[in-house]
Amino acid sequence: MLKRIRRQIAIFFTVIGPGFITAMVDNDAGGIFTYSQAGAKYGYLALWTLAPIAILLVVTQEMNARMGAVTGKGLSDLIREEFGLRVTFLVMTLLVMTNFTNVMANFAGVAGSLELFSVPRWVSVPLAAAAVWLLVVKGTYHSVEKIFLGACAFYICYVISALLIEPDWQQAISSSVQPVLMLDPDYITLLIGMVGTSIAPWMQFYLQASVVEKGISEREYAESRIEVIVGCVTMVVIAFFIVVACAGAIWAHGPRDIEDAAHAAQALRPFGPYAFALFAAGLFNASMFAASILPLSTAYSVCEGLGFEAGVNKSFREAPIFYWLYTLLIVLGAGVILIPGFPLVRMILLSQVLNGVLLPLVLIFMVLLVNKRELMGRWVNSRLQNAIAWLAVVILIGLTLALVGISLRDMLA
Amino acid sequence: MVRRERGELWPQIPAAGPTPDGLERSMEELLYFTELVGLKVYDLRGRRIGRVADAAVVPVLDPARVDRYLVGGGWAWLTIRYDQIRSIGLDGIHLQDERLTPYHDDEYMLRIGRDLLDQQIVDVDGRKVVRVNDVTFEIRQEHGAAVLRVLEVDVGLRSILRRLLQGVLPRPWIRRIQTPIAPNSIRWEHCNIIEPDPLRRLRLNISYKMLEKLHPADLADIVEELGPEERESIIASIDSEVAAEALSEVDPRTQASILEALEAEKAAEIVEEMAPDEAADALAELEEETSEEILEEMDAEPKAEVRELLEFGEHQAGSLMNTEYVALNENATVRDAVEALQGNADLLETLSAVFLIDQDGALKGMIPLGRLFIASPGVPLRELASGPLIRVKATDHRERVYEIFDKYNLLNLPVVDEEGRLCGVITADDIISMLRNQ
Repeated sequence: MLKRIRRQIAIFFTVIGPGFITAMVDNDAGGIFTYSQAGAKYGYLALWTLAPIAILLVVTQEMNARMGAVTGKGLSDLIREEFGLRVTFLVMTLLVMTNFTNVMANFAGVAGSLELFSVPRWVSVPLAAAAVWLLVVKGTYHSVEKIFLGACAFYICYVISALLIEPDWQQAISSSVQPVLMLDPDYITLLIGMVGTSIAPWMQFYLQASVVEKGISEREYAESRIEVIVGCVTMVVIAFFIVVACAGAIWAHGPRDIEDAAHAAQALRPFGPYAFALFAAGLFNASMFAASILPLSTAYSVCEGLGFEAGVNKSFREAPIFYWLYTLLIVLGAGVILIPGFPLVRMILLSQVLNGVLLPLVLIFMVLLVNKRELMGRWVNSRLQNAIAWLAVVILIGLTLALVGISLRDMLA
Repeated sequence: MVRRERGELWPQIPAAGPTPDGLERSMEELLYFTELVGLKVYDLRGRRIGRVADAAVVPVLDPARVDRYLVGGGWAWLTIRYDQIRSIGLDGIHLQDERLTPYHDDEYMLRIGRDLLDQQIVDVDGRKVVRVNDVTFEIRQEHGAAVLRVLEVDVGLRSILRRLLQGVLPRPWIRRIQTPIAPNSIRWEHCNIIEPDPLRRLRLNISYKMLEKLHPADLADIVEELGPEERESIIASIDSEVAAEALSEVDPRTQASILEALEAEKAAEIVEEMAPDEAADALAELEEETSEEILEEMDAEPKAEVRELLEFGEHQAGSLMNTEYVALNENATVRDAVEALQGNADLLETLSAVFLIDQDGALKGMIPLGRLFIASPGVPLRELASGPLIRVKATDHRERVYEIFDKYNLLNLPVVDEEGRLCGVITADDIISMLRNQ
């Protein structure tokens, strides 16, 4: 018995990576901004959404991990094989567009966080872009994964930062389990935004691809599922600390809107240099992390779906489209941040809209695929799993479409 | 340009296309699958009876000829046999015999739209896994009928464009639009379809013989790129020796998942063919129950060797060593050494030395193979032995092995037990893959 448990733990550590990294990258610059905004404006009020977010995340991510482990194929491969080239092309086009705006937002996060340490953006952004490009092109899957796991550890910044601020813990805990609904349009927008930034289409592709890349098979699936759950829970815990930090630092002294995540870090200055520095460093780490993963994941998904050669172990000549796409996403994503007067906020709203179009498609395809017996064998969804999955999909689609509406309104305003 | 030899399976295929034989085909002789789908079919009086929905090759009859055309829509499909067609072109299909039969799914049909399009196949010539975007046919006149033969499988941008525009723009327009993009196609003879179901593989006349001719490292790359079902079907059906070589090149996790999925008997056959140290590494990755099952199926001799190696801990020198080597008595001559090597030619691939031992098996010397060539046959081996004898104990730590290899620039390092008896050899290639995996 003890031996079995020990073996399980050993396997857990060999499968650790995909679920954890995906969940952590989810707390990227956009996510941190949304959680900071929630804390700054509404204090502890919105904390209750985090538990349902975790559940929705686990339900969707678990399906990806399962499909990856059982079929040994990425999500874009499966969409291509089962739904044909046109559908794949549409999905991939949307994916490139949303991920491009996400890359941009994260380079903006890099610029913003380093400007807090008075590094000008025309220094930080090109350097960050070069570092990201080299990391992946020169690294192997295992070395890159180790760096990424190291970056995951850095999220502890937010926990310490929140502890330094000494927020009202009692209220934080009680708000976490007490749903509060108000008919304040801004509040509802915020709630929808929190869910919207937490579940993004790229995650489904990235998670499944890295489960495959890691060679996780059916027999390790049980451990892989635990890893996915642990990852999602950790992600939500980090989000909790971000909200709490901003609630304690900003909301407690007068609720207000913040402009971006760097702005939130700025507001932490009165609580000592450490709270501020940790929050800003956390933002830098998260932005870099997401800026490394998104272009790579996009290039992989697109090339696999459309049948081009892909992989960092191939040469530029062998996989030209893969490298071009990867490089362009980084160069353009970082480049636009340096253009003075670039309408970044509008682009991020656009990204929400594109996300909202793509996510329902991806989720529906996922549930359809995971129910195909010829693909999944005995691993198809059970009736209960299907009920939960469809419910989660319907909720997510509803919320995302609401977010699309809000974003369109803001964009046109 | 060198003309490739054609296998027996492909007797009737002309070396085709604008590729190897330099025979340029005009566009009128070609038809893409994207153009075939939706093509109108006319009966003898020129009345339209439907549109093409799919086409099928029956490989047991002919590996490249389109044997049936499926016409209609919904569930009511009709089948046209290839010899019922008078002409095929972009303007449609004209029949010369209109007795069509209802379509029944048939296990012997490889349906291009359903079974080939969007699926992964192996490009044997390019040694990689590709995804099928479209298929190019050649239009030929055979015995008074217009026949389509599969010429190439299309991958790359050009065929993606065709797929996207299919049915949106008229066919001739698409042909014109695509011309600036360079074609990227694989000749049908070089395509190997991967079918996990053995029965269906038989019915579709699919074999993996072509894969056996690939370099094991290339085959390993291909196997790693496929899904679990496909890779297991390849490893299970190709020659055990080739499978063993390829499997040795695959990363340990994939190795384990493949061996676990195979029948114990087949797995044992493959493991027996692997070098004992690699076999032991592979088995060590498996769950004890499974590796025990496989060991049980193995022959006594390789089993004993592998078991011995399995005893060593992961960090001990013994787990790196190979137990296949050539050792001679310390009094042997060059002639004896050459004779011994002649009986063990397969060892020469990795070994570059022979060893000297005394009556008790204690290691006495190492002779680099090169020195045997320039010495006369009667010379005692002892005189050729290289300088101070470097060796490790089987229980030494791996790190020490790496250090020694680096320090003395070795290709082979003998491993001895506590009493100084030779029990194995570590070769440089093991060290390279070990270090690379770290």
